[in-house]
Amino acid sequence: MSRLKTMVLKEAGTPPLRGGHSLCQGCGIPMVVRTIIDSIETPVVVVSATGCLEVATTRFPTTAWNVPWLHVAFENAAAVVSGVESAYRALARRGALPQEGPITFVALAGDGGTYDIGLQALSGALERGHRFIFVCYDNEAYMNTGVQRSGATPFGASTTTSPTGSAALGKAQQRKDMTAIAAAHHIPYVAQAAAAHWQDLSEKVGRAANAEGPAFLNVLTDCPVGWGHEARLSPRLGRAAVDSCFWPLYEVVDGHYRLTYLPKAKVPIEEWLEPQKRFAHLFGPGGEAIRTEIQRQVDAEWEDLVMRSEQR
Amino acid sequence: MAQLTWRDLPIAGVVGPDTTPRPRTGGWRTGVRPEARLELCVDCLLCWLYCPDSAIRLDGTAFAGFDYDVCKGCEVCAEVCPTDAIEMVVDDAA
Amino acid sequence: MRPELVAPVPELLTGGQAVAEAMRQIDPDVVPVYPITPQTPIIQGYAAFVAQGRAHGELIDVESEHSAMSAAVGSALAGARTITATSSQGLALMAEIVYIAAAMRAPIVMALGNRALSGPINIHCDHSDSMLIRDSGVIQLFAENAQEAYDLMVMAPRLAEHPDVMLPVLVCQDGFTITHSAEPVELLPDKTVRAFVGEYVLPNPLLDLARPTTQGPFAMPDSYYELRHQQVAALWAALDVFPQLAEEFAAISGRRYAALEPYALDDAERAIVCLGSTGGTVKDVVDELRAEGERVGLLQVRSFRPFPREQVRAALVHVCGVSVLDRADSPGSWPPLYAEVAASLYGTDVYLRSHVYGLGGRDLHPERIRDVFSPEGAPSYLDLKGAPCRV
Repeated sequence: MSRLKTMVLKEAGTPPLRGGHSLCQGCGIPMVVRTIIDSIETPVVVVSATGCLEVATTRFPTTAWNVPWLHVAFENAAAVVSGVESAYRALARRGALPQEGPITFVALAGDGGTYDIGLQALSGALERGHRFIFVCYDNEAYMNTGVQRSGATPFGASTTTSPTGSAALGKAQQRKDMTAIAAAHHIPYVAQAAAAHWQDLSEKVGRAANAEGPAFLNVLTDCPVGWGHEARLSPRLGRAAVDSCFWPLYEVVDGHYRLTYLPKAKVPIEEWLEPQKRFAHLFGPGGEAIRTEIQRQVDAEWEDLVMRSEQR
Repeated sequence: MAQLTWRDLPIAGVVGPDTTPRPRTGGWRTGVRPEARLELCVDCLLCWLYCPDSAIRLDGTAFAGFDYDVCKGCEVCAEVCPTDAIEMVVDDAA
Repeated sequence: MRPELVAPVPELLTGGQAVAEAMRQIDPDVVPVYPITPQTPIIQGYAAFVAQGRAHGELIDVESEHSAMSAAVGSALAGARTITATSSQGLALMAEIVYIAAAMRAPIVMALGNRALSGPINIHCDHSDSMLIRDSGVIQLFAENAQEAYDLMVMAPRLAEHPDVMLPVLVCQDGFTITHSAEPVELLPDKTVRAFVGEYVLPNPLLDLARPTTQGPFAMPDSYYELRHQQVAALWAALDVFPQLAEEFAAISGRRYAALEPYALDDAERAIVCLGSTGGTVKDVVDELRAEGERVGLLQVRSFRPFPREQVRAALVHVCGVSVLDRADSPGSWPPLYAEVAASLYGTDVYLRSHVYGLGGRDLHPERIRDVFSPEGAPSYLDLKGAPCRV
């Protein structure tokens, strides 16, 4: 049976995240969340960090969630899920769970709740080896509070706290390599994925769910509002991110790097940058130097990744 | 909601999917809505997956229409459809 | 005679060790903790019990107190009895989540070794850490000595988990003074404690897959106020629950607790009100002064949150002069315990005085307490080097 049909059957008419929420028209997050939960065979319990997904899906008294869901604060999704997962193991040990059978714990956080304010709790949880999947839906800025820059915001991007003007040309710093940070914790499974490559994402989720320990997924997720483009452009843009090697698709399994997608033809970075208003200034005065630098960074990181990868 | 007292509300605001209504975000559409030409549809299910609002109805694993109560008219379904079976039409109800 | 009523042999234990024993006997499912002086003997004691197979909880050595409290909320709402412990800066770092834990009605038991808040950094006792979170909605009980720390810890899960309450309970003991000082402590038998605390039951366990819940919603102005008011009701309910629980506890231990403990107060002309171990020193001074014919007394506050306003008023309304001793200050306004006692006595003609003492672990000696009781009175800042800036 096709992967998508399997996912349909997993939903069984009750999507884990149903409509009626107030995420933006064309938001990239829900399909990432549904792809992930629908690709996990066991029942799922979700822990969400504060952010777009949490706020827009749980405005009291409504909820868009059909699975057990917990939100506590912004920086602590990984710590909260550590507690939930520990409770699960303690209760399972003494036969006190409400139902028999495995549960997969999924923490969902944006790049803010992962790269920046969430980094400490994530690092601790990964080091302690709790069994859960931490998913970063990376839309490259603090979108929920109005598109402020984060540690995930790409070099040169315009955000409301790293705006362009006569004195500045967007974010002046290179973004963190969060996937590498996660891999440095010696956890069994780490992967970088993109919403636009749903099948690759789905397969990675399957491997993450089977990992005997923490798994980390960094998923490039479109934000039409924050990135400045028509919503319907998201799938094309996501493919440009991957084909330009701006966002390589790879996994790290027990420390071994493996590329999961090799672009047939690497496209220039402009194909990724040009359709987004947050990079519009890079096509004006002074922009070319920055575009050149971005291309250089992307190429260098891609070369480095290729060197580290073994094709398995 | 306006009249429920603090005693009526669930403790700590804990709700479940069955106890809460589903807001009708179909009101967000700004003039267009998706329609499908079934003769072109191959039930690939990509629209179902990509829809941010879970607004694609299925019959088993076959496309069965749109849930206009929650469809926000974002056009992503039209974009991903490999056979161009979905087009955005003027939404008279808007 | 029932075997369990035979007088137990007291053990020589510090307050920290006694609380670790209580944790061992309660045997919670999950214990997320981060070390900070003077809480460390509590968590080290408990960790040793786990390593020896005498306690069976999941000990999570988290990477900060903020994560300790976060993990505790996750665990408690998942359906597991959860205990944590901290002091001072640790409580300050947890503070964001302490408020949320109360709002999410997570019945977490927290052991606190009261320690001064920085700055400057100081590891000794005062009550500033408790005062930092007094508006958080958690229950705060203050022990006078190691026995009380143990007893209150045993009672805490039942109080926290009572269906009318469902709030975190903070069991406070003075850092070093109680946590690190050895006293005779009567431990209850393991079986007695297990029977007393019973099973952990939640109305909405997160892990109940058959009834998926959304916990921790986003509330707009149309509902935040009402959801918070539920917590107010729960705290007042705790004032009713505590005596019932104390009655049950008295039956198994012979020791009876209440929100307030009056000591030689019935016919007192002058009285002191205070929290924590200072109460023990005050009792000694009261005994001495009573032997000299002075009509003095003590109102020891055991439950600081909820604050037993009507009971405080009833206990003190007949007293001519009341001196409130605060082991914390509120710069720019009245010290915290004083403000609460004064508000509780509003409209009476009780003469009230405020004294701050003991900040950063400075000891309060019996002579100074005598000064407080004396007709001449004592300075508003006891033992401060130099006269206070304002009297």
